[in-house]
Amino acid sequence: MTTFSLDDMRRIMGGCAGVPESVDLADDIGDVTFVELGYDSLAVLEMAARIQQELGVRIPDDAVDEMKTPQAAVDYVNRRLAA
Amino acid sequence: MNDVDTRPAARRRPIRRPGAARPASTRHERRVVITGIGVAAPGGIGVRAFWDLLTAGRTATRAITLFDATGFRSRIAAECDFDPGAHGLSPQEIRRMDRAAQLGVVSTREALADSGLTSHDVPPERLGVTIGSAVGCTMGLEEEYVVLSDGGRRWLVDPAYGVPQLYGYMIPSTLAAEIAWAGGAEGPVALISTGCTAGLDSVGHGYQLVKEGSADAVVAGATDAPISPITVACFDAIKATSPSNDDPEHASRPFDLDRNGFVLGEGSAVMILEERAAATRRGARIYAEIVGFASRSNAYHMTGLKPDGREMAEAITTAMGQARLNPADVDYINAHGSGTRQNDRHETAAFKAALGARARRVPVSSIKSMIGHSLGAIGSIEVAACALAIANGVVPPTANLHTADPECDLDYVPLTAREQPVQTVLSVGSGFGGFQTAMLLAGGHGRRRTRGTAPKGDDHG
Amino acid sequence: MAERTAPATRPVVTGIGVAAPNGLGTQAYWSATLDGKSGIGRITRFDSDRYPVRVGGEVSEFDDTEHVPSRLAVQTDHWSHLGLTAADMALRDAALDPAGLAEYEMAVVTASSSGGTEFGQREIEKLWSQGPRFVGVYQSIAWFYAATTGQISIRYGMRGPCGVICTEQAGGLDVVAQARRLLRQDARMVVSGGTDASLCPYGLVAQMSNGLLSTRDDPERAYLPFDADACGYVPGEGGAMLVLETEAAARARDARPYGAIAGYAATFDPRPEPGGEPVSNLRRAVTGALDEARLTPDQVDVVFADAMAVPERDRLEAQAISAVFGPYGVPVTAPKTMTGRLYAGGAALDLATALLAIRDGVIPPTVGVRATAPACDLDLVRTIPRDGPVRTALVLARGHGGFNAAMVVTAT
Repeated sequence: MTTFSLDDMRRIMGGCAGVPESVDLADDIGDVTFVELGYDSLAVLEMAARIQQELGVRIPDDAVDEMKTPQAAVDYVNRRLAA
Repeated sequence: MNDVDTRPAARRRPIRRPGAARPASTRHERRVVITGIGVAAPGGIGVRAFWDLLTAGRTATRAITLFDATGFRSRIAAECDFDPGAHGLSPQEIRRMDRAAQLGVVSTREALADSGLTSHDVPPERLGVTIGSAVGCTMGLEEEYVVLSDGGRRWLVDPAYGVPQLYGYMIPSTLAAEIAWAGGAEGPVALISTGCTAGLDSVGHGYQLVKEGSADAVVAGATDAPISPITVACFDAIKATSPSNDDPEHASRPFDLDRNGFVLGEGSAVMILEERAAATRRGARIYAEIVGFASRSNAYHMTGLKPDGREMAEAITTAMGQARLNPADVDYINAHGSGTRQNDRHETAAFKAALGARARRVPVSSIKSMIGHSLGAIGSIEVAACALAIANGVVPPTANLHTADPECDLDYVPLTAREQPVQTVLSVGSGFGGFQTAMLLAGGHGRRRTRGTAPKGDDHG
Repeated sequence: MAERTAPATRPVVTGIGVAAPNGLGTQAYWSATLDGKSGIGRITRFDSDRYPVRVGGEVSEFDDTEHVPSRLAVQTDHWSHLGLTAADMALRDAALDPAGLAEYEMAVVTASSSGGTEFGQREIEKLWSQGPRFVGVYQSIAWFYAATTGQISIRYGMRGPCGVICTEQAGGLDVVAQARRLLRQDARMVVSGGTDASLCPYGLVAQMSNGLLSTRDDPERAYLPFDADACGYVPGEGGAMLVLETEAAARARDARPYGAIAGYAATFDPRPEPGGEPVSNLRRAVTGALDEARLTPDQVDVVFADAMAVPERDRLEAQAISAVFGPYGVPVTAPKTMTGRLYAGGAALDLATALLAIRDGVIPPTVGVRATAPACDLDLVRTIPRDGPVRTALVLARGHGGFNAAMVVTAT
């Protein structure tokens, strides 16, 4: 079964939304909020869109709103992949 | 205030070159009035159809017919029923112009006819053009892209299929050029493209050209025709547009608790702006005078708005100061009212910050509830609505406003138009890029004296 | 325009930022320009071999990810990257820290000619080849003409009356005129200018459709304005940004201005009749700008020409210049022969170049032109720079469709 790791998420974040100047994505960022990292709501929408395109999982609007951290996004995607 | 201009009539005046220095002893502050209006909006082409729709509180939002929107998140829009040939465009004009240009030229011709302005009144070199558009000729640009790329198959698009007008589609200035040709203007011509405030900023730009003496009259307005796949898709991607595909007529719900995004629109409005003394001399009908215009930027986010409405409030306060008006003078606010939650809260806060207690008593409405949000065009369409509100003594309503949002607690004129004297109107706009614009219009017999108190021009903060 | 500009509110330029095909950074550009070093060459951003136009002016030294912060780079087009970079250079050059100024007294007014064309082509390709859900979120803010102004405003907290004007190649002058208008009102500092970058396949093919581009492959013979051998223009990318302040504000902080904006006028041409003789109102823009500057033609030291390199347009421009200055009556130059036409960036770069010419007392050359066409009775500064005091320069620009603009800059 496909799983989605925090490293996958790091790749998607950097790839589609760039890397904020004071952030190293290799750091322990899983539980830091996107806002604190320097990603706005558009960036999170873009990440969600990329995940949907890559993995074929549907992420409804409310679920995107609930993705406050990279780890929350990873957990949500894995729940959907397992379902 | 001296309303009698003793200078010779315009046609006998020596022609001043645009930009030529004015005599230092100009006795009159140049004032700027609207003497003609043309509108091509959803619900009908022409001012009469437009005003009928607004005063009846009808909505012109529907399922998209301009292209097959299957697979899109938002499949609704406010479209113009527009047959360019029936509205006077020649076969060559129809071939050459993209839809935004067609709508703009039709409303230009209506506005010029309405004003009665001729080249005897204002010679070509003293006539300017300021046209707003957010997305330019994007419809023509996309239609041609589809052919040249063979449906998105080729990055290296095929020039063999390039039509001669393709370059004109790539540059939005084509819209201003077409309108300048339609109006015979040879003075300063500009296309203003500040996103969704472009239609307000373009009228403001024209106002400044007349006021400073760079032109004696300006064809000022805006046009946009964004209902094409790429623009619908880009708003889908950021979930800005309403997905109420099952109920398009009620989808545009500014200030309503059940709103869920804006409904894309299209259209054009063009106004003839003239120096007031010259307009009076030639006996022109004066709809309204532009008495204040200011813009600010939020420098916050390209699409996001802070809930405090701070920069919009600053724009309003600055425009009020220019017009030497007090909050108590404002009879009607034409809101940006796009139907997104963040906008409605943002501007409600801005009205309260700028107008204080008056904000709770003045009627506020959004015509986007009826004709959707035509991006760069809507600001001019709203100025047209404001001028008509003054001329007719009617405040247009906010359609579809059934459930009040506790955070939006002003008088939004739900559902039904109101007959009331309208002397002074505030119109505001807010756009991607952070632009915030405010304009004040006053009834044709001029700027009303403020009610007893000192001008509010000193508290810009 | 309205009143005579009092010296205290006279708009001056205190900062210049350049991103040009023959030099990234003002110094690199200016040295190359005086050396007659061209940035025109084979278009490399894509495989241009299959197109009849294969030569252009690319800002080849520019690395989008190096010059623009990563988060900003992903949400903006190459055109905005060049604009953001030039604006940053201009602010540094002006030694002006936006954080130290009142937020509502700073504004940004930029010109765009065709928006984020390359970004837009990528997204529209996804739409048509894969479907609407593949269009990225940044299409909504990267492609539209206001993107550069909005992003500069956000980056530096400039909350004054920002603006965007699109008049094709005339835009670079029209925005500076708007900046000047704002300085006469309540703005204190305005970042203004323009860039463009439409050297992607759809952008190039769209440009080709106007029939005015050069199809010659030899970069040295491709763009020859006013030459008997003129054969169309070469498209380029890049442009310039300027920092404008009132003279009083500049003096108060001991800034040394490059020069002042002394006069400006804009006119528009009537629609050409099929088969008829074209009518140009460029001359009226020239005389309007001179009148406003209260200068006579003999006080102008150099004219920076619009220089389309399309014979009929060259003739119209030469006629306008000669009608005001007399045949061979003023030195004329077109350093854009080393960059190509940069559309919204073109006139802004010419304005920057004119200010540098004033600073250094030297007229940069027009390269490539061997002999002016018989209809162009111009004193064209060819091949090598011409020394001599330059106190006043006139910059001309024409935008596709009939836009004319003229701006006079003077030493302060």
